[in-house]
Amino acid sequence: MEYFQSIDWMTMLNCFIIGGIICVVGQILIDKTKLTPARILVVYVTLGAILGGLGIYKYLIDFAGCGATVPLTGFGANLAKGAMEAVKEQGLLGAFTGGVKACAGGIAAAVFFGYIASLVAKPKIKKQ
Amino acid sequence: MNPTDSPKEYGEYVKKKAPNSPILKDCFNAFWVGGLICCIGQLIFFFCQYKGLDETASSTVVSISLIGIAIFLSAINVFNRIGKFAGAGSLIPITGFANSIVSPAMEYKSEGYVMGVGAKMFTVAGPVLVYGISASVIVGILACLFM
Repeated sequence: MEYFQSIDWMTMLNCFIIGGIICVVGQILIDKTKLTPARILVVYVTLGAILGGLGIYKYLIDFAGCGATVPLTGFGANLAKGAMEAVKEQGLLGAFTGGVKACAGGIAAAVFFGYIASLVAKPKIKKQ
Repeated sequence: MNPTDSPKEYGEYVKKKAPNSPILKDCFNAFWVGGLICCIGQLIFFFCQYKGLDETASSTVVSISLIGIAIFLSAINVFNRIGKFAGAGSLIPITGFANSIVSPAMEYKSEGYVMGVGAKMFTVAGPVLVYGISASVIVGILACLFM
């Protein structure tokens, strides 16, 4: 199929390795520190926004594609990137509109699908 | 279980039963599951590019698709099992964010649709959005001042 020929396998490999490493760092934080998963997610998203703001995260995205954008650091970097791009066009107003606008698709999808799923699904009773 | 006789025996018994956290195994599982989730994202990304979408739109489609898949798997109680096995491997990618929205929403359904589902949805996702969005506004203001 034509689609499979269009796949860049080198990016795929980088994606697997970088995505994996970012997750391993999180796993080490879970095992070795007292940080709860919620705190780790907050740390990741903030760190991503800082690295995105400094323009460092961009290089990781160029190298690893979704290996950098799919982890939550990518979500933070995307927020920061959106804010900076909007600032270029609209000035200070962009600082407030740009970030959420860039991530609007993900946020809306998570809220909407999450709501629908919680209406339909029944939670399984936890077995000890 | 047989009654234990000496403190030493009891110590050994506790040691045997306590969950030991084999960090190498945890990290290995987190690595390959996390990498695999990113690769699924990358496959969707390449597919969008193949269909002629631009980079920003492709990234959004990747996020929405992975969130959709994660929420579906959460709703049928499969994601919990993946999460138990992979730890951070399924938590750190955007799938973990999606799961953190849907699992409290399901759990607190009995408390009603507004204060149960609607409010508890954001027990984990709320802080993530608060810090993420605040950081992005600060970045934007700094960019406005210094660029």
